[in-house]
Amino acid sequence: MKNTILFLCLTLWATPISAQVMLKNGTLHTVSGEVIPKGNVLIGKDGLIEAVDTVVIPPAGYEIIDCEGKIITPGLIETGTSLGAVEIWAVDGTKDAKFDSDLIRAAFRISDGINPNSTVIPVVRNGGVTSAVTNPYGGLVAGQSAWIDLMGTHAFLTQINPSVALVASFGEDAAKAAGGTRGATALTFRELFDDVRFFQKNQRSFDENRSRTLSASRLDLIALQDAISKKTPFVFNVDRASDITAVLALSKEFGIHPIISGGAEAWMVAEALAKDKITVIVQPLQNLPFSFESLGSRADNAALLEAAGVPVIISTFDTHRGGALRQYAGNAVRAGMTHEGALKAITLEAAQAFGMQKTYGSLEKGKIANIVVWSGDPFEPLTQVEHVFIQGKEASLETRQTRLFEKYRTLQRRGEPAEKTADKPVETPKD
Amino acid sequence: MNSKIQWLLSLVIAVCSCATASPEKPSDKPATPYDHHSFERVRARNLTPTASIKENVVLRDATVMTATGEIIENGDVWIRDGKIIAIGADVEATDAQEVDARGKWVTPGLIDTHSHLGVYPVPYVEALSDGNEATAPTRADVDAIHSVWPQDPGFFAALQGGITSMQILPGSANLIGGAAVTLQMHPAVSSRAMLFEEAPRGLKMACGENPKNVYGEKGGPSTRMGSMAGFRAAFEEARAAIQAEEKFELQMGTWQANEGKEVDKPAEPARDRGVETLMAVIRGEVLVHVHCYRADEMIQILELADEYGFSIRSFHHAVEAYKIRDILAKWDVGVSTWADWWGFKIEAFDAIPENAGLLTEAGARAIIHSDDPVGIQRLNQEAAKALAAARRSNIVISDDQALRWITANPAWALGVDSVTGTLQEGKRADIVLWSAHPFSVYATPELVFVEGVREFELGKTKPWSDFSQYLLPEETR
Repeated sequence: MKNTILFLCLTLWATPISAQVMLKNGTLHTVSGEVIPKGNVLIGKDGLIEAVDTVVIPPAGYEIIDCEGKIITPGLIETGTSLGAVEIWAVDGTKDAKFDSDLIRAAFRISDGINPNSTVIPVVRNGGVTSAVTNPYGGLVAGQSAWIDLMGTHAFLTQINPSVALVASFGEDAAKAAGGTRGATALTFRELFDDVRFFQKNQRSFDENRSRTLSASRLDLIALQDAISKKTPFVFNVDRASDITAVLALSKEFGIHPIISGGAEAWMVAEALAKDKITVIVQPLQNLPFSFESLGSRADNAALLEAAGVPVIISTFDTHRGGALRQYAGNAVRAGMTHEGALKAITLEAAQAFGMQKTYGSLEKGKIANIVVWSGDPFEPLTQVEHVFIQGKEASLETRQTRLFEKYRTLQRRGEPAEKTADKPVETPKD
Repeated sequence: MNSKIQWLLSLVIAVCSCATASPEKPSDKPATPYDHHSFERVRARNLTPTASIKENVVLRDATVMTATGEIIENGDVWIRDGKIIAIGADVEATDAQEVDARGKWVTPGLIDTHSHLGVYPVPYVEALSDGNEATAPTRADVDAIHSVWPQDPGFFAALQGGITSMQILPGSANLIGGAAVTLQMHPAVSSRAMLFEEAPRGLKMACGENPKNVYGEKGGPSTRMGSMAGFRAAFEEARAAIQAEEKFELQMGTWQANEGKEVDKPAEPARDRGVETLMAVIRGEVLVHVHCYRADEMIQILELADEYGFSIRSFHHAVEAYKIRDILAKWDVGVSTWADWWGFKIEAFDAIPENAGLLTEAGARAIIHSDDPVGIQRLNQEAAKALAAARRSNIVISDDQALRWITANPAWALGVDSVTGTLQEGKRADIVLWSAHPFSVYATPELVFVEGVREFELGKTKPWSDFSQYLLPEETR
């Protein structure tokens, strides 16, 4: 919490004064409330939403953007990426999302490696994504996820909360890392959490070197202890129904607050998930049995979970193409989810699961003005992103890609391309 | 004669000569004593039962997107005997089953030029991973059809997305990965029953990062110059083999004319299936598809092909094609690319979403491909994203042009554009009936006809893959 406050303070200190803007006469999908067919959003100097209403009188001093015929939504939130911590997957020096040498690395914070100048951030932003949870991966406990706003260029502005969740895995990959079996995974977790409890009670003895050996490093234990006592969620990458059940049991046993990520077979245990209001992060295009732990993959996973009353978040799980989030949400609708549910799944539900709902995820007075103006239904591929506001400031839609496009809009040539000669018949041997 | 026309003509001949269904034989080639080497893809009998009903159906009052430049409102499409019989308003369709398609859209069946369905099937397990014969950088002797597992659940999923035919390629580990095969979407016991018989042979080549990554510590190539040397060595060998064959033909002719003695009979040159494939490439009998990201490398490959006297039919992935779109248009090379994939490796760092739009504007043949069992299920959405990116940058692209990225243009790249890829009378009845405009995210294929066979009907057709059967206990479903 201390960190959050520090970062928020720095954020407010460093935020450039946002222009006062009135988004006028748009269709407001507030997410928290009803759709307002013709409404206005006022963005204040402090970068917060000042008003969401139907009053048409433009206040003095506000820049007015006519949104007639447009759709206005909260900025989208992509929770399943390693945005800012991976520039190019196949270039080693640019990857800061995975800490290879340890099975348990709860103290690993992806925020230490996030580059706000990453070229990936503006590209994802162009898809109407304004915030992201950026995640570490690998091992059993991969580390701490950060909440970032996609303004780029300044670390303080970009990083809102360096520790919104811990990431863990349970399933084939985790089993492989833990020694070959799911049993070994569960055993490792039990030992770990048992040690965390021991550490909680005996930290002083531990620090004075008067304790038994514990299964994780001191900083890992501190991070886990904080996580458990503060109820920071544990994001479990897990797909198979029985593995989800195992994660739920383990979580109950040790007082962990889990979020199911991936959850290919979550629909099979929807009832249990709904009962405890466990959030599931779903990739709605996953409808194939990619592995033996996802044999039950189906396109309507999100729809079934929604119908059962499970809180659903939608993610692309793709760092570079996180901007396609709206297309993924559209496909969830195509497979039976409600439109409102799918929009909530990429805004308020995401904020809620990561404890950021007080300031993010809906068009409500007092929330941070992360807002997108769309030319039409945000889920339709032919709909264009027209304006993106982050922390009340209109974001540039320029990217490395738009620069390359401009550079090659006309082709500069110093001569004509060569003629093709390959049409000549193959020469025959002379003898 | 214009050299281009001549080249196209030779290609047409090549197409005919490879079509197993076609009775024509190229007349300009004398029968030679080694004719048994001639490269028929599969000469064994087709053991797969393929009995299916080619329906007599008329789709009424749909928005018919023909991919020929014409979009017909309230149009009818009549199919019979696997062909499109008539398109237009108020078509009189004798004895046809009527389908009310009001408020719906009809397009040609979608075609993916780049898929690994069957060769990299799901589940992704080592035992089913058959896409790269990564034992040597040049394996022109292998054929993707022999790796295709027809039970890959991905086939049915792709059919649900409106795919009626696709090219299955070997992976990109090798410089020359082997023969690619064009399949049509039928349930099959063996891949042979999926073969698109009119399709010419294809060859997969790859440049850039992948071969050097795979072979860097396995004897090379470890560099791009090493890769080019590898290509050259392979085509030098093929060229020498052509010369040896022609020399042999001359000697044989002389020997036959002189009624020579058996002991003086010229020795037949040694043969190698891989070399034969590359000989066929040089002779223009094979469509060459090259996995290539960067503009400079595409130029190098075009120069290589030009030097050895063959053409590149299409580049795949080709994220930098926009940088050389004038050249690609002039040389008539197809470009298969994505809507928004980028940045996963450094040779994909310069990808821009306007790639397809800029190519089309320049008169080149743009294609949206998938390279992915998920992407192949919604090529229509991928085309729509590329279209949106183009329009956002004020590149004027019509809906019909964007539809061609996933129908007519891939048909051309695979050499089957004379029989499919557009809705025209006389073409194969490869047809999709959509619930909404195909560029809407909510559009779902309701009916898919593959050569007039109703292979998919929404809510009725069950997944055919054996692997998909009873994976989960009944009560969980």
